Amino acid sequence: MPNFIDRRLNPKDKSLGNRQRFLKRAREELKRTIKERVKSGKIADVDAEQSVSMPARGVNEPAFQPDSNSGERRHVLPGNREFAAGDRIPKRGGGGGAGNAGAGTGQSEDEFQFALSREEVLDLFFEDLELPDMVKLNLKESVTFKRRRAGFTASGSPTNINVGRTMRNSYGRRIALRRPSRREIEALADEIARLETEPRGRIKHRQRLEELRQKLDSLERRRRRIPYVDPVDIRFNRFEPQPLPNASAVMFCLMDVSASMGEREKDLAKRFFVLLHLFLKRRYERIDIVFIRHTDEAGEVDENTFFYSKQSGGTVVSTALEEMLRVIRERYPAHEWNIYAAQASDGENISGDSERCASLLHDELMGLCQYYAYVEIIDERETEIFGTTDNGTSLWRAYRTVDGEWPNFQMTRIAKPADIYPVFRKLFGKQPEMQLRK
Amino acid sequence: MSKGAAPNLLFHSSDWNFETLARTYDAIEEIALDDLGLDVYPNQLEIISSEQMLDAYSSVGMPLMYQHWSFGKRFVFEDHLYRRGRRGLAYELVINSNPCITYLMEENTMAMQALVTAHAAFGHNHFFKNNYLFRQWTDASAILSYLDFAKKYISKCEERHGTPAVEAILDSAHALMEQGVFRYRRPPRLSTEKEQERMRERLEYEEQTYSDLWRTLPPSGENNDPTQLEREISERKKSLNLPEENLLYFLEKTSLILEPWQREILRIVRVIAQYFYPQRQTKVMNEGCATFVHYTIMNNLFDQGKISEGAMLEILQSHTNVVFQPGFDDPRFPGINPYALGFAMMQDIERICVDPTAEDRDWFPEIAGIGNWRETLLDAWANHRDESFILQFLSPALIRKFRLFLLTDEADDNFCEVASIHNERGYEAIRTALARSYDIGTSQPDIQVMDVDLLGDRHLRLQHNVKDGVLLEENSRDATLRHVRHLWGYEVSLAGVDMETGETLYECSTEELSD
Repeated sequence: MPNFIDRRLNPKDKSLGNRQRFLKRAREELKRTIKERVKSGKIADVDAEQSVSMPARGVNEPAFQPDSNSGERRHVLPGNREFAAGDRIPKRGGGGGAGNAGAGTGQSEDEFQFALSREEVLDLFFEDLELPDMVKLNLKESVTFKRRRAGFTASGSPTNINVGRTMRNSYGRRIALRRPSRREIEALADEIARLETEPRGRIKHRQRLEELRQKLDSLERRRRRIPYVDPVDIRFNRFEPQPLPNASAVMFCLMDVSASMGEREKDLAKRFFVLLHLFLKRRYERIDIVFIRHTDEAGEVDENTFFYSKQSGGTVVSTALEEMLRVIRERYPAHEWNIYAAQASDGENISGDSERCASLLHDELMGLCQYYAYVEIIDERETEIFGTTDNGTSLWRAYRTVDGEWPNFQMTRIAKPADIYPVFRKLFGKQPEMQLRK
Repeated sequence: MSKGAAPNLLFHSSDWNFETLARTYDAIEEIALDDLGLDVYPNQLEIISSEQMLDAYSSVGMPLMYQHWSFGKRFVFEDHLYRRGRRGLAYELVINSNPCITYLMEENTMAMQALVTAHAAFGHNHFFKNNYLFRQWTDASAILSYLDFAKKYISKCEERHGTPAVEAILDSAHALMEQGVFRYRRPPRLSTEKEQERMRERLEYEEQTYSDLWRTLPPSGENNDPTQLEREISERKKSLNLPEENLLYFLEKTSLILEPWQREILRIVRVIAQYFYPQRQTKVMNEGCATFVHYTIMNNLFDQGKISEGAMLEILQSHTNVVFQPGFDDPRFPGINPYALGFAMMQDIERICVDPTAEDRDWFPEIAGIGNWRETLLDAWANHRDESFILQFLSPALIRKFRLFLLTDEADDNFCEVASIHNERGYEAIRTALARSYDIGTSQPDIQVMDVDLLGDRHLRLQHNVKDGVLLEENSRDATLRHVRHLWGYEVSLAGVDMETGETLYECSTEELSD
């Protein structure tokens, strides 16, 4: 008689911890892969793609292994039908068409892939990005709740009784249990009273009266047993605490669409904003985005027009800043809103206007804005010249004066799609040294 | 077939309960011990669910194992295949321990449970207990308590030093697992828990009190005499027991940067690698033995009228699946199936003993026609590993049956050449080549620690003894070398030396590798 042990009731998922460790590791690997893909210029795809699958390279386990493409090896194989000694067989692609038992498992492990949904990709993509200061504000202020009506509940305080719902329940119950109505009882009582006034004596009459009295009695007892309003009928209004986002933010996207902005420049700017847009949509549930495009005059437009309209003209950058100022005054008072702005331009501006832009920023906007990012789109050949110097367009030089004075102002240049993500990280990465708005 | 006609049946339906399991076990045991003459550890049969089975074989098939992400990876991988129907679950899992633990899956039918009991609880169990490799190299009675210690020790390390630090050491140790076994020297037996504890304490004490700074002997002077230098080098090698094939052992004992707990983790990985080493050398024999045993026992039970025809059909179907060997040009061809080869060879031995042909008498004069096939098989199971077993017992009849042929494959040739086929001239060559392919000593890269100057730059020199010009796969080689550096702490280089010509084929060093 062997020793039988029933282990079925033992806890399952013994390997749960291992799986969690594996997924954590795989996640780091996926993050790295996604960053690489973004660097190689596929930012726009991030939004379009439904899923990405990738081999789990970083989670492989290396070991010293013989290289199947070197040296001389001998294989013993089963199932020969036509070969004779000395026959020469052309090799199939790689490996010589032979393998040992180990080769089979090795291959299938390589096929091991992850399929990521778009959501997961974005999650990984934005994981360590934050809007500057936003988190700090959030952490400091305690979250407030607003009570919001959310249906009914069977328990609660008397002040919250919902009379309408309670009465409806009571009515339904009374019908269902056939509670005698007042009218019924009154009719019966009237009948009895009438019979009582009539001359008595006849047996039939007395029997009838007795019957009626009994009926009245049973009705009344029934009425007492089935109350008009029973505790089970009572319904209270239910309230649910709803968190109130108290750090509301608005993001201004300013873009130059003048003639000097060629296809390439627009494309880069678009990509920058697409990324930004994705980032905001992802990170913050309640955030307004205002799109302002400008030529020699500026206007607030919707997202679609912002990215895809073909309007063009001269360039007066300050109009965009004025438009932004107008929108802020109208809809986004600075004491209620955290205001962020990103401006993309090629730096071309009508002469004299750049100074006006700088002074607009100095005097008005920087005091209102939590953060202002200026991205200048330059020619790839210019990168080497301008990359590290302060020289550049009039707008760039004018903005340099702002840059020195306001810690919440950032400016940078990009020349090719691969620049965008690093720049984006630089602009919007966590910046612990940044000062809060005074 | 009416029930009345079969009063002897051990079980009637495919449902099982503990009573039928026990009754069937007893019937199987009777045949296994009395008829086949098997000698087994006491059995412990555990009923588990399919999830538990997945859990079990994702952590290298052990009931107790420390935590590591790679086991999680294996689980996700197996689970993925299983759910997509690409792979069925193993019907059984058996652990080389005393008592021998066999897992039975609750989803199996009674016929399958009987098959698994015969296969694992008697076939594998007998093999584990009697084969010389297992007897010499593993310690069945100590392994479970050792794994229990390992699991606790590693989780204690994780608490004290953080999971990432432990994981980093384990990753590196796992990469060198293949190089973590003694191939020729018998490892010390697993000692009891207490002794180990004492040894660990002593080691820690030594580590704490010994410091190289207090070395008082002066260096041997600025003697540039080349013979003096050579003598020093050879002395150094001798003191370090170089060359050393067990990389993990060398690192555990010699690395200057490892803390005691890290050494202990290396030791744990090494002990486990050593424990599994005989299994890898006896795949064909072990599976062949278990398959032969279940086949014989099941047929015997059927002949006695203890298994119904329906159940026997089910058993035969599983058996046929297990020993299926597709040809090399079949898309399902995964290599030579160890179950098929082992089973066929053992049946062949039985045939040679009982009913030999003239050819068999030529090839196997010792056993042909002696009649006592049980004795022959028991002896083969006890005293061979795959390589020697094939070299000794693969018969021409079987080479013809499998239609085996030998292919030589040179890397710089676009053609493979058929060197030998299953005919008179080819038998020897095929048998030798097949046997060699099961010799881990030749199929695994041979990497040895050659030299290190502990008082100098501490550069660790490894040598890969290249056989037949087979190099290492470069990406995994470099990644593995990084792991060696991680454990060694200083630069590591690997040189590939051709065994025949002595010529250095390649050299690589961690200095050239980017991280």
